[in-house]
Amino acid sequence: MRYDLQIIASWIEPGSRVLDLGCGAGDLLKFLITHKQVTGSGIEHDEDKVAECIAKGLSVLQGDINDEVLDYPDSTFDYVILSQTLQQVYEPDTLIRSMMRIGKRGIVSFPNFSHWGIRLQLLLSGYAPISRQLPYEWYDTPNIRVITIKDFRKFTHGVGFTILKEVAINTQSENRFGKVIKFLPNLRATYGIFLIGNGN
Amino acid sequence: MSEYIEHDKDKISVGIVEKKFYTFAEPPTELVLESGAKLGPITIAYETYGTLNQDKSNVVLILHALSGDSHAAGYYKSDDEKPGWWDNMVGPGKGIDTNKYFVVCSNIIGSCMGSTGPCTINPKTVLPYALDFPVVTIGDMVKAQKALMDHLGIRKILSVTGGSIGGMQVLEWCVRYPDMVVSAIPLATTTKHSALAIAFNEVARQAIMADPKWNRGNYYFGEKPDLGLAVARMIGHITYLSDESMRLKFGRRLQDKSDFSFNFDADFQVESYLRYQGKKFVDRFDANSFLYITKAGDYYDFEKLHGDGSAVKGFSHMKAKFLVVSFTSDWLYPTYQSREMVKAMKKNGLDVSFCEIEAEWGHDAFLISSERLTALIRGFLDRVYNEIQT
Repeated sequence: MRYDLQIIASWIEPGSRVLDLGCGAGDLLKFLITHKQVTGSGIEHDEDKVAECIAKGLSVLQGDINDEVLDYPDSTFDYVILSQTLQQVYEPDTLIRSMMRIGKRGIVSFPNFSHWGIRLQLLLSGYAPISRQLPYEWYDTPNIRVITIKDFRKFTHGVGFTILKEVAINTQSENRFGKVIKFLPNLRATYGIFLIGNGN
Repeated sequence: MSEYIEHDKDKISVGIVEKKFYTFAEPPTELVLESGAKLGPITIAYETYGTLNQDKSNVVLILHALSGDSHAAGYYKSDDEKPGWWDNMVGPGKGIDTNKYFVVCSNIIGSCMGSTGPCTINPKTVLPYALDFPVVTIGDMVKAQKALMDHLGIRKILSVTGGSIGGMQVLEWCVRYPDMVVSAIPLATTTKHSALAIAFNEVARQAIMADPKWNRGNYYFGEKPDLGLAVARMIGHITYLSDESMRLKFGRRLQDKSDFSFNFDADFQVESYLRYQGKKFVDRFDANSFLYITKAGDYYDFEKLHGDGSAVKGFSHMKAKFLVVSFTSDWLYPTYQSREMVKAMKKNGLDVSFCEIEAEWGHDAFLISSERLTALIRGFLDRVYNEIQT
């Protein structure tokens, strides 16, 4: 399993109710159900991935995460996870508010756009940066937002939520291995992972 | 549906099966129908495949659509031309694995495939019921299936599944017997027919009733309204396909000719196909049953029956885990209808999975052999079966 997902999994209390937004082929859900006995479900828009999830015994809905979150009653879940998808969301504040309505806690991970490699590329080459975490040209990228760890902290406070945990990591996009970055995370980490809670 | 049925290419089959019958509701304890009318005695034709396990926890109930029957899989005799209508899904190692599950499929009441319907002899008159047969609803069909389950000693159903009108029965099972149904797989279905679906059904019914041989339903001792029923089936067939599937399957190709005949013979392949399907259907189906079953489908309104007009309230009575499946090119039971069901399930905190399968075959897609649908059903059943074991 991807290194960022391993960290996310380590934050989840056993036996809790989890919703994974953009769950892909369901690796994290499967892991959480097997190792943490969670009640898990997921939302994914890609039919092939949805079918793969259901075929391996997961409870997954095909749909757009922005719409699908609207139907759940308040506090249906203990955790709502949004991993490596925030950079593709059109209205991040609306989505995060929905996450925090239907879940007690939210977990958000995203590629850190202020990594020194990205900064250096832009500075030296003058082209829009392409990294292993964000491997697209400006014209074919699904990623419509550039987010830094500092930006996300500011944003979370701005929309009125509390950061309960925060970890910056250095790993490659699909890699199982990585390490936690404590010194100068905004400059040195490729991903940021946040656990957020409702107010106070 | 029968045009898609073919022998399993790997020759995997449940083998020889037998149509069985169960009769109940003998007067004076007739079944009281939704309309208030009484019906009895009632005979249900059914088939079972696989073995019921010791704690009776492996039951899968299959609910068929308009023209289906109890013969979901296998063969009656070794030289049968075709297996049952869902043989691609039901059998050893298949999506609904008969090595693992005990599968029951029963013919709905109102049909003509062995269960009591308008062509059955009315014990009071010793003549076929014809239009004296009371109008039955989806709920009545399910009540009769419940009587069969009681007779078989089944108290828990691992999963109920069916498409189209069969899917309406799935919903009805879940709402009427929430403690009995562990999980459900409604396929290509809806909580209520759209105006479009009712319109096509009505045109089909009119085709039957406009045939002079229909004779207000009294044709059992003379010529049958074959022309009317054939046209009804032709209309049905159009609605089960899609623009795309018809374009791929027929286009504007001509049937056995290089130019138009300049008369009203079947020139186009699509005409010839529809005529053939219509003709074939009259040999196996009763026109009155067609009227009764389509009407039951049109009357069905889950929201009105169980939620005072609200799907959310209707689904609040349910406990089952759901797998909902729709197909992209299905314009008779379009995806938005499945999504509305899913939405109401979510609002009630029900465990629901949903997949919209990309398929060009229109509404009929749920009957056609598909690795995707097979994998979905297999995975879902595995999960719910494992969950009740632990």
